[in-house]
Amino acid sequence: MSNNWEMVIGLEVHAQLKTSSKLFSSSPNLFGSEPNENVNFIDAGMPGMLPVLNWTCIEKAIKTGFALNFTINKHSVFERKNYFYPDLPQGYQISQFEFPILSEGYLEIDQPDGNTKKIRIERAHLEQDAGKSIHDIDPKFSFIDLNRVGTPLLEIVSYPDLSSAEDVVNYMSSLRQTLMYIDVCDGNMQEGSLRADVNLSIRKPGGELGTRCEIKNLNSFKFIRQAIEFEFQRQIEVIESGGSVEQNTMLFDTSTGETRPMRSKEFSHDYRYFPDPDLLPVNLTDEQINQIKPSMEELPHQKIARYVSDYKIDKDISKIIIAEKENTILFEKMVNESDVNPKNIASWLVGDIFAFVKEKNLDVLNLLEYTKDITDLLKLISDDVISNKVGKEILPQVLEGKGKPNELVKKM
Amino acid sequence: MPKKQSISSLVNSLKEKKISVHELFDQFHKVAKENANNSYNLVLDPDYQKSNLEISQERYSNGKNLPLDGIPLGIKDLFCTKCITTTASSKILSNFIPQYESFVTQQLLNDGAIFIGKNNCDEFAMGSSNETSHFGPVVNPWKNKNSPTEKLVPGGSSGGSAAAVAEGSCVASMGTDTGGSIRQPASLCGLVGLKPTFGSCSRWGIVAFASSLDQAGPITNSVEDAAYILNSISKHDFNDSTSSNHPRDDYLKEIDKKLDHKIKIGIPSDYLKNVTPEIIAQIENTKKSLAGYDIEFVDVTFETTDYALSTYYIIAPAEASSNLARYDGIRYGVREEGGNLDDIYLNSRTSGFGDEVTRRILIGTYVLSAGYYDAYYRQAQKVRRLIKDDFQRVFQEVDFILTPTTPNEAFKIGEKLDPIAMYMNDVFTVPTSLAGLPGISLPSGLSANGLPLGVQLIGNYFQEKKLLQLSHLIEKELSFNE
Repeated sequence: MSNNWEMVIGLEVHAQLKTSSKLFSSSPNLFGSEPNENVNFIDAGMPGMLPVLNWTCIEKAIKTGFALNFTINKHSVFERKNYFYPDLPQGYQISQFEFPILSEGYLEIDQPDGNTKKIRIERAHLEQDAGKSIHDIDPKFSFIDLNRVGTPLLEIVSYPDLSSAEDVVNYMSSLRQTLMYIDVCDGNMQEGSLRADVNLSIRKPGGELGTRCEIKNLNSFKFIRQAIEFEFQRQIEVIESGGSVEQNTMLFDTSTGETRPMRSKEFSHDYRYFPDPDLLPVNLTDEQINQIKPSMEELPHQKIARYVSDYKIDKDISKIIIAEKENTILFEKMVNESDVNPKNIASWLVGDIFAFVKEKNLDVLNLLEYTKDITDLLKLISDDVISNKVGKEILPQVLEGKGKPNELVKKM
Repeated sequence: MPKKQSISSLVNSLKEKKISVHELFDQFHKVAKENANNSYNLVLDPDYQKSNLEISQERYSNGKNLPLDGIPLGIKDLFCTKCITTTASSKILSNFIPQYESFVTQQLLNDGAIFIGKNNCDEFAMGSSNETSHFGPVVNPWKNKNSPTEKLVPGGSSGGSAAAVAEGSCVASMGTDTGGSIRQPASLCGLVGLKPTFGSCSRWGIVAFASSLDQAGPITNSVEDAAYILNSISKHDFNDSTSSNHPRDDYLKEIDKKLDHKIKIGIPSDYLKNVTPEIIAQIENTKKSLAGYDIEFVDVTFETTDYALSTYYIIAPAEASSNLARYDGIRYGVREEGGNLDDIYLNSRTSGFGDEVTRRILIGTYVLSAGYYDAYYRQAQKVRRLIKDDFQRVFQEVDFILTPTTPNEAFKIGEKLDPIAMYMNDVFTVPTSLAGLPGISLPSGLSANGLPLGVQLIGNYFQEKKLLQLSHLIEKELSFNE
């Protein structure tokens, strides 16, 4: 029956910024510490404590602005979003509301037919993360861990341009890859560094938009897919059985794979946003924005284009290499260090080398110390000193640092 | 009133070993511990201050004394003081002991000052009579000569700080001013009260009331003493994003400098519309006292004065409603138990906050609520901008502005029950606060009841040096201190 319906999806992605300290305090921005270890007086909301903006977060936002084709706003304002919760010590979250730092960007995602689709992004703004409430340690007490309080987040809000779970996963993974390339976010979804809220409504093709529901806080591609499929079917069933979808905030239950509405009390807030009087508006000059440009890392799609045009590597192979930033570091080091044909390096990399890495469950960056040996080996092959077959036999030993290619050849 | 001892004369006596740091402390401590006027929430005893007193005495003995060495100061109980209970005169913080020292009090400590204790104030600095304190009202040391048994208010919110200086339990004290909380009590207690330019003195470590208005400043016996304190506390602080890096002056140097050029003082006629002849006489006396100088007085008119108080009572409660959200009974302060989380919040905050604080949280929450924000808060911010512009327009014509500090003398404790009547006390001080300008209240004379009255002198941004020089001159000519 879902054939008659299409889904319309917008995504709010929360990306934790990769910084050494928090958005408005000097405590470390670290995951996995002992509870309440990374908390100072500011994070704990002690009387008289004041926020001071960590400028690195502005720089990371500007980089994101360049990478995702945003308008970088010269004037942005931090506001207070007021609500009570024990893991929110100040009684408000500092966020951007009326004047976000980034407006109107886009990201292009791949479609199954080989074309790309432009996903428009409405805005991205900086805000503080809250702490964590832990309710399942003790039957009588709740526990509060404030380590995450004040962690810098960039909330990236797309337009409802996504129309399938596949689209969402493509968008999310492309976003993740971009943010990792520009060193803005570590992309670790398991640790919550990247989380998504999915806004989904259904309609008949070409028909009017339906009422949307928001599924909160999804932190894996699997859950995103499951939640979307479930919520899609749920809304169809509601409508086809004569009901109407109520605008609601949903929770996704990872154990059952189902979505269910949050209690209305949990979200019916009037947040009373107003400009934070403890902070000045962020006013950027053209110089401040433009001086970030030279430090911009090459983006995934730019790398693909360069590999194809400069190195004559197939687009598909280029895509495999750029899938992880680490791969490109290894690849580009070998290309820069040797005069071996880059195309040759690429095919060995995605072939035998990746197979070896996968088999041994290695970190690609571990191979950085053997790049010279690898390219020496490839040179022996291309100079016809040894055959391709011998090269393949020697390669694992080279990758394990068991000797120089010359010596290993002699030993054979 | 007790004999007034200036900071410079005390520093000299300490230097010349006419008195020791311990003796000086004891002299003031003796009065403080009586706490006859309830000026203190906490008095620190000589034992607690033992090592500070010894170190200070040692510096005098070595001839290496610091600018405020050994000077006993009162500190409004809104400044967080490390390891010393800091309550904001509220039940909800009645058990709170900070593990940090506010920037401003740290500067005073760095300059050798010794704290006598924590001064009573209105709860979270919300009040104009020091009657909203959880620890009871402060009594003004001044008495109505026609009714000497009446207990009068010292003004507020820095009422304890003012009463403490007036009763002689400290040499000078620190207050905070949001809408007049230094200037008004200084006026009602016959003292000098300085609210510096917003951004001069760091707010770091001061329990926040309204962040865009709060500013620390001294309450002193003399203008010169105010300069001593301002020299210590007016510094850029990286940890307060609204702290200004405007260069600071040496406010003490050349404080008695003779006027070397003509100055113009504006007297806003709209401030004098509905005040008693006695208040108008304060302005006239001040004018007369300066007759021999090259000073021109001109009438000026503000277009925004009538809107200032309403604007203030939207912006200040809005910020307060958010600033006070952290007092929820969860991490520190007093918690009242409840069956669920909402009940803990409700019970702790209902029991922890007094009526005036509750009233302002409710007003603030209302003006920020969906559907009311545009009508109230946004509108108030626009009017605030007009008030700032209004001052700048007037400052194109004049160097300073002279106004009464308060519309009345000290009134009886319990007399003003209507909150709006109470808010009217700040009608002359609030516009300056909204504009972020420096203002100083100077004693200008006595009322028919023998109670002190004051005038307010307002300068342009960061003109504290010139403001203090002129104040010093007025003080000398009015000879009120003798």
